[in-house]
Amino acid sequence: MNYEAVIGLEVHVQLKTRTKMFCGCVNAYGGEPNSQTCPVCLGMPGVMPSPNEQAIRLTALSGLLLGCDIAPRCKFDRKNYFYADMPKNYQISQYDLPICLNGQMELMKECYPKDAQKDIQGVKQVKLTRIHLEEDVGKSFHFENCTGVDFDRAGAPLMEIVTQPDLNTPEEAFAFLSTLRLVLLYGKVSDADMEKGQMRCDVNVSIRPAGEKKLGTKIELKNLNSISGARRALAYEIERQKQALARGEKLVQETRRWDDDAGVTSSMRSKEMAHDYRYFPEPDLLPIDTTPWLDEVKRLVPELPMARKQRFMQQYQIADYNAGVLVADMDLADYFEKAAAHAPNPNAAANLIVNDLMRELGAASLPITQSPILPKDIAALTTVVESGKISSKQAKDVFAEMFKTGKNPDAIIAEKGLSQVSDAGAIEKFCDEVIAANPKIVTDIRSGNAKAVGALVGQVMKLSKGKANPAMVNEFLKKKLS
Amino acid sequence: MSLHTLTLAQAAEKVRRKEVSSVDLVKALLVRIREVDPRVQAFLDVNEEDALEQARLRDRESPSGALHGVPVLLKDNMNRRGTFCSCGSKILNGYRAPYNATVVERLEKAGAVFLGRANMDEFAMGSSTENSAMHATRNPWDLERIPGGSSGGCAAAVASDMAFGSLGSDTGGSIRQPAAVCGCVGLKPTYGRVSRYGLVAFASSLDQIGPITKDARDAALLLQTIAGHDPRDSTSLPDAVPDYSKALEQGIKGLRMGLPKEYFAPGLDPQVEKLVRAAVEELRQLGAELVEISLPHTPYAVAVYYVIATAEASANLARFDGVRYGHRTSEPSDLLDLYGRTRAEGFGPEVKRRIILGTYVLSSGYYDAYYLRAQKVRTLIRRDFGEAFKKCDFILTPTSPTPAFKLGEKANDPLQMYLADICTIAANLAGICGISVPCGRTGGAGKPLPVGLQFLGPSMGEETLFRVAGAYEQVCRWDRNPGL
Repeated sequence: MNYEAVIGLEVHVQLKTRTKMFCGCVNAYGGEPNSQTCPVCLGMPGVMPSPNEQAIRLTALSGLLLGCDIAPRCKFDRKNYFYADMPKNYQISQYDLPICLNGQMELMKECYPKDAQKDIQGVKQVKLTRIHLEEDVGKSFHFENCTGVDFDRAGAPLMEIVTQPDLNTPEEAFAFLSTLRLVLLYGKVSDADMEKGQMRCDVNVSIRPAGEKKLGTKIELKNLNSISGARRALAYEIERQKQALARGEKLVQETRRWDDDAGVTSSMRSKEMAHDYRYFPEPDLLPIDTTPWLDEVKRLVPELPMARKQRFMQQYQIADYNAGVLVADMDLADYFEKAAAHAPNPNAAANLIVNDLMRELGAASLPITQSPILPKDIAALTTVVESGKISSKQAKDVFAEMFKTGKNPDAIIAEKGLSQVSDAGAIEKFCDEVIAANPKIVTDIRSGNAKAVGALVGQVMKLSKGKANPAMVNEFLKKKLS
Repeated sequence: MSLHTLTLAQAAEKVRRKEVSSVDLVKALLVRIREVDPRVQAFLDVNEEDALEQARLRDRESPSGALHGVPVLLKDNMNRRGTFCSCGSKILNGYRAPYNATVVERLEKAGAVFLGRANMDEFAMGSSTENSAMHATRNPWDLERIPGGSSGGCAAAVASDMAFGSLGSDTGGSIRQPAAVCGCVGLKPTYGRVSRYGLVAFASSLDQIGPITKDARDAALLLQTIAGHDPRDSTSLPDAVPDYSKALEQGIKGLRMGLPKEYFAPGLDPQVEKLVRAAVEELRQLGAELVEISLPHTPYAVAVYYVIATAEASANLARFDGVRYGHRTSEPSDLLDLYGRTRAEGFGPEVKRRIILGTYVLSSGYYDAYYLRAQKVRTLIRRDFGEAFKKCDFILTPTSPTPAFKLGEKANDPLQMYLADICTIAANLAGICGISVPCGRTGGAGKPLPVGLQFLGPSMGEETLFRVAGAYEQVCRWDRNPGL
């Protein structure tokens, strides 16, 4: 039977704020355990939360980036459950009045896995249910005889984005997470690196016979620690469910844990063991009125990657592929725009960046922000090629030298005496010499073998040590031999 | 004259005039405590050395704050850095506060000296202080009787001159009811008037810190010191703090006094009713105008309270799990066992009862029928007061339907115990302010017992309460010496 998978995501994103969600501790962890804590984030008796407005604004901004409605009034709730990494044994979260409701995001072609990009059909829109804000919990470290908890992460602002079950393949889930990450980076909301735990994802997946309207049994997957891991886990889980159904088994609603090393999912808990979180409104916090500052936040909405790509294609006349590659990295796109501002032919700059610069940076494992070549020098290189000062072949060498030394192209051309000869008198002299030295080829050409001109051009270039402007050489030879 | 009988304001005045030192005051109280507390047992902890050291420091400074060098007593649920804070519970055994409550900071800034910790019902859950995990406290007027609760330690200590004044907390009457049955003044401020930061939460939407003192002037002085906005408590109100002591002298001519018929229902002790009715007459003679009012949703207040307060408590008390501080069970087999046994051993029966009740009313499938319904009725109760305060400036009721009952009398009947707060609970649900002042003592057989009169004011109506309490105090002369 042909099955269709139905996938919904719950994505947790750490916000890039200076301080934690409800106290003044610095929002940074990974240092000495429990070095960024205070009575509030440790949940000592008697403490009270003071909300971090920056975090609330960043959540609203995320909602604006993702086409959500921003609630004029929202509130916090307590989510009750016991765990050693949660200081108060309840988490301050949002239940029925989240900051953002509804919303949608278009999956970017460039954000699909490379090997799946050729199979993309049409543009996929994914609808969002909500985005809410909560506090993160601490991190447990299991030792031989005990468990230690680092509370530096406890109380860090954490945003949860919930999608509708609009995704159908592991590749789409991959593309969703990649596109989402890009959008959040553009908004400067989060660094959203899954491998660093800045973005965490739970997945709900079920399968149903193709064409069937009713949803199948929902399985929740946890412990997906990278975007590619999410793709692998989904591929495994969908296949597992198909095979189970093929064997005539009945699937049960449960939570399963993905083991990335083993490449399998295994059952964590069934629906019967699900928590009753006993949400109720957080009495220590007042409801939040977003209206006084929402306009201010709206002004922070940047041009998003999809819009930027369209603009690049129109404004700079660059190819869809190049534009896609450029905007898929915000810093790279910024780099390109700086280069394009000085380049007579932005498309040439785009090619140079996407092909040559990216290749070299990749080989040197450098991010674009640490490129040895400045954007204005990329522009300068395209300028000298465009004006005929050097040939495109010479440009390759100049580029390599630029990458190695960080010098600008004019300096390198001057140093190496690479300047192309465009002096008509000198070129004519070279042409005359070559014509005189190759009577046989000249006869060939005159008797109609036009292609033989190439051989003479080569001779002239050799004679000029490669500096003669090839277009001028061609022209002279044709004129003299016609 | 013995120093321990001074009021807070008198003691502060004497230090200011350098008639006595802070050390003198502390020593006088320590002597009194040694003499009386073995019988009353109001204290959990008297920091003799610490208090004397604080006093010596204060004596070296030039007096600036309103309470310079004056010892005050804190209920055992307020954090003061470096000292124990147990909420009358075994589960906080050994816990020392790592920070100062806002009220502690403000008292410290005013120059106060901290005397020790007053006994209380465990986690402020109770009306008799019998629920303290340490020991019961006795009513100074009759040692066979309860001092009220949950701030029973504060009230008993103030009533027996072991403290000049104290801070209690009031979630459903825990300041006003013990003040009433011990013959003290007790004020529950408007919700948000005093920062709750550093008060170990029982029911966050109901808790308020307030003074328990010998007279209205002292209550005004303490409130003046601790009131005002605190950025660490989001629910604290930004309004400026008026001069409360001025209100004491303003008189009540022309104030409209509302008498809610629902508070004079069957179950009200006849002696209490008689004293309260007499007070009404006295206030009329002072110029107050009597208005009959109705608070029709009063009969639901206790039920609503025990849904909302327990729901909030079930979350607030979840943090006491043996992981980071306080009591921890021995040799737990796993995390669940650690939680289960730590809490089974650490909490007393009343606390467990309320955690279970609160967990139940929030549970999936019951939330709408209990918690949500209770919140709706709470809104109706709040509206009742809104309507009432259109017709009157303050409301007069008994504070407690009965004088102090005997120890053990209601210990095994939680519902009877819950009714001790029947007159005080609605003010917490509505977020308004209320004060209990003594209005005399019972006569007849047995020892005389103090009776309290409650004035309720609208939100931020503390000045009105002090006007009434100040005026009433002038005419209600009674022997407030329990004879210990």
